[in-house]
Amino acid sequence: MSAATPVPAPGAEPQIHLRPGPGPCDGDERIARLIRRQGRQGDGLIEVLHQVQEIHGYLPKPALLQVARALRLPLSRVYGVASFYHLFRLQAPATHRCAVCLGTACFVRGGGRLAAGLQRRLGLALNQTRDDGTWALEQLSCIGACGQAPVLVLDGVLFSAPLLDQPKALDCWLTSLGLPAGVETR
Amino acid sequence: MVALPPCERPRLRCCAASGCRSAGARPLLAALRAAAAAGGTAPDGIAAGDQAADDISAGASAAPEPLEVRSVGCLRLCGEGPLVAWDGPEGTRLFGGLAPAAAAALVDQVRGLASLPLAADPALVSHQLDLEQPFFRLQRPLVLEGCGIVDPERIEAALAHGSYAQLRRVLHELSPEAVREQVRRSGLRGRGGGGYPTGLKWDTVALQPPGRRYVVCNADEGDPGAFMDRSVLEGDPHRLLEGMAIAAYAVGADHGYLYVRAEYPLAIERLRLALQQARQQGLLGPSIAGTAFALELEVRVGAGAYVCGEETALLHSIQGQRGIPRTRPPYPAQAGLWGAPTLINNVETFAAVPVILRQGGDWYAAIGSEGSRGTKVFSLSGAIRHTGLVEVPMGISLRTVVETMGGGDPDGGAVKAVQTGGPSGGCIPADLLDTPVDFESLLSLGSMMGSGGMVVIGQGTAMPEVARHFMAFSVNESCGKCVPCRAGTVQLLALLDRFVEQRATAADLEALEALCAMVKATSLCGLGQAAPNPVLSTLRHFRQEYTAALGPGS
Amino acid sequence: MSVVTLQVDGRDVAVPAGSTLLQAIRAAGLSVPTLCDLEGLEPVGACRLCLVELEGSQRLLPACASEASEGQVIRTDTAQLQGYRRMAVELFFAEGNHVCAFCVANGTCELQDVAVAVGMDHSRFPYQYPQRSVDASHPRFSLDHNRCILCTRCVRVCDQIEGAHVWDVAERGSDCRIVAGLDQPWGEVDACTSCGKCVDVCPTGALFAKEDTTAEKHPHPERAGQLRRAREQRQWIS
Repeated sequence: MSAATPVPAPGAEPQIHLRPGPGPCDGDERIARLIRRQGRQGDGLIEVLHQVQEIHGYLPKPALLQVARALRLPLSRVYGVASFYHLFRLQAPATHRCAVCLGTACFVRGGGRLAAGLQRRLGLALNQTRDDGTWALEQLSCIGACGQAPVLVLDGVLFSAPLLDQPKALDCWLTSLGLPAGVETR
Repeated sequence: MVALPPCERPRLRCCAASGCRSAGARPLLAALRAAAAAGGTAPDGIAAGDQAADDISAGASAAPEPLEVRSVGCLRLCGEGPLVAWDGPEGTRLFGGLAPAAAAALVDQVRGLASLPLAADPALVSHQLDLEQPFFRLQRPLVLEGCGIVDPERIEAALAHGSYAQLRRVLHELSPEAVREQVRRSGLRGRGGGGYPTGLKWDTVALQPPGRRYVVCNADEGDPGAFMDRSVLEGDPHRLLEGMAIAAYAVGADHGYLYVRAEYPLAIERLRLALQQARQQGLLGPSIAGTAFALELEVRVGAGAYVCGEETALLHSIQGQRGIPRTRPPYPAQAGLWGAPTLINNVETFAAVPVILRQGGDWYAAIGSEGSRGTKVFSLSGAIRHTGLVEVPMGISLRTVVETMGGGDPDGGAVKAVQTGGPSGGCIPADLLDTPVDFESLLSLGSMMGSGGMVVIGQGTAMPEVARHFMAFSVNESCGKCVPCRAGTVQLLALLDRFVEQRATAADLEALEALCAMVKATSLCGLGQAAPNPVLSTLRHFRQEYTAALGPGS
Repeated sequence: MSVVTLQVDGRDVAVPAGSTLLQAIRAAGLSVPTLCDLEGLEPVGACRLCLVELEGSQRLLPACASEASEGQVIRTDTAQLQGYRRMAVELFFAEGNHVCAFCVANGTCELQDVAVAVGMDHSRFPYQYPQRSVDASHPRFSLDHNRCILCTRCVRVCDQIEGAHVWDVAERGSDCRIVAGLDQPWGEVDACTSCGKCVDVCPTGALFAKEDTTAEKHPHPERAGQLRRAREQRQWIS
């Protein structure tokens, strides 16, 4: 990897060089600092990964390499942990994220129909991201807003979905939220 | 409790917990504070939005008299959120679903400045909720004693409400053995789902050979439809910390962790703040309350793995590893974190401890039913009129909770079933609603107490679909370590697809039952062992829905 | 040395205290099928094939990861256990892509042996035909994920015996797979010493030497135990 690594396009896997020895991938001072603060403890791996994800929005491989080295952990162990937990992202996140809750209360109140409507509208399966990185449709399993069920979370803002039995009205509502309509409009 | 005794100086309590936040509590709280500061006339722009409202601080010129607008934890009736309680000389009134624009009207009413009586105030009258209804009247708040009353972000409020009094008393007056004696006598059983006797668990940890011990609070509340623990964490975190500190003293631990799921950011924020405040007050850290007892507590945040609610998986996760369970024995009480004896209890279990110490184990044991002592918090949701949080004595009938308190089906239809215990539990049909809510009764019906999620299922929902919903959850959450859970749940899901899509055969039904038995008996941990329960319980109580789904030619 | 006595399928057996149930079963001259267990590696109790019944208990116990204790009455071969074992083997076959006829391990495969032992000639559960890959980037060895049963012997031998920890398990549930390094091609992982222990202990044809073709694999699962004994007890086999 050259020193002047360009910022990778969303969704593109950055090229990395994993040979030992100091390299640019050890050079992210923010990560180095947070690991120092954390005390270089291997058992703090999950905390460290949370903080790295806050910095980058996801867990780029060079960052995982830096974390593994600083905590003196095997690379495969770090990757195993990062890929185990659903909240850790190994790919750059989409620009817009629509997450539909499929917890039991939402399910009983029609969350499945809401999810199906969103899949049709965005032209995406659950937990899929558009190739151009603009939209991602995700599923959540209960965010505890059971009183408002069924709910969706659009770019971090929670909405309670009305009118599930009227597809047209539901569609209007989704339009009012700014969701693009149809696969062809991407 | 929500309703408080009459008080001379009026006060507003606005729920600022997650449920009400998602219904717009933050702009409402800001609008109420602004209105209170401005003497009842809301400045322009209050209703404009969250951000603008949050930025407004008390800035009006001449406030008539200070009106306290307190930010509190859960006020129970989450489905009507955002909730505001008005305490005054005539007792408490509760309002639900107020928009920020109605804040000024409410403050005017509180101050007696309104031109119309409350009953005729168009901005408020349709929002007033009946505090005499069974949903509130039948509650017995012990764990939730302070939830909805204290400001969870101010330790002074918790201290004024009696928090840490038992910790101080215990440290100065009781031996660890005497503390455990009270917990044993209380008959308290683990509130996380398993129902293991808490006193016995504490004894097991305490009686291990000398050496380091840990306490761990399992706050990885993952059952969909369950938000009891979140309400404690967000509404009264000091009660939990006090209970945990008492437990640490009783088992000889000087270090502990609170493992909270990352999906609860507000709970994490408030817990961290509470820890910091408790340390500042000398209620955590070295030489607590002037004694030799020391305790360090840390928050560890999960990262989205339901299986981490399983205790051995949770321990792995705290140590920075993949959240996979291991075989037991050894149990965590013998060998847990870094091989040391570790006490793991759930949030509600720890939060029940202060009241047990205050009132005595025997007092607590007199509440509830034989074998299931004390109270239990449930979160009611689904096809039900009143969605929210209830704390009731154990042994109360499901019908009382669901129909009397919960108000039954919102559209007036009949309740079809009640799901308890989340993906590990089962569905109890309407004709068995007179079953008492206790550990053994629910187990005997093929369900379980679980952590306390109660989701009501209406007539419009087909049971094979419910079973498939939970199986999809289990497939998604299986850690993948053992083959029955990793591959068996996938096959069970495929079989359930055939029933939902009405193309199953008699052989599929046979395979479904055989595979359920195998996954249940042979899986490594509780997640896999319980994954077939939603199928088995619906097969038991709603078998006709499965046989009706058999396609032609079978 | 203290000894515990117990009964396995009606036979009395005495084993040193601290022995596992699996050791007791073998000491009684009996056997239960195993896949993840291997002498020399710490047990994980993942394949669930060695589950046995304990009199007086509802729970089945993994023989590999349970300690034998005084007076236990163990049953290893009841109709219930046979049924469960057969289903477990079916699940293994249905979740991967196991084609014995073309496999490098045909004839020396432990999964194949277990299938024969439990009488499984076909899976009643539909085959999943997962999309999996082959990693042939290492100069001497290959990893065919289609044949992997996630027993984690390779992960454990590399961590516990070789000390390199090249392998770990990534993802979760049915997406689980073995990864080298940061999910890199095996040949690019510097931590690998090319010792071949993972290939030696792999129970199937998932890990194999490149020079071996169909039915030519020569596994050496015994090496893990030999190395452990050499290291810990200073005993060598010559």
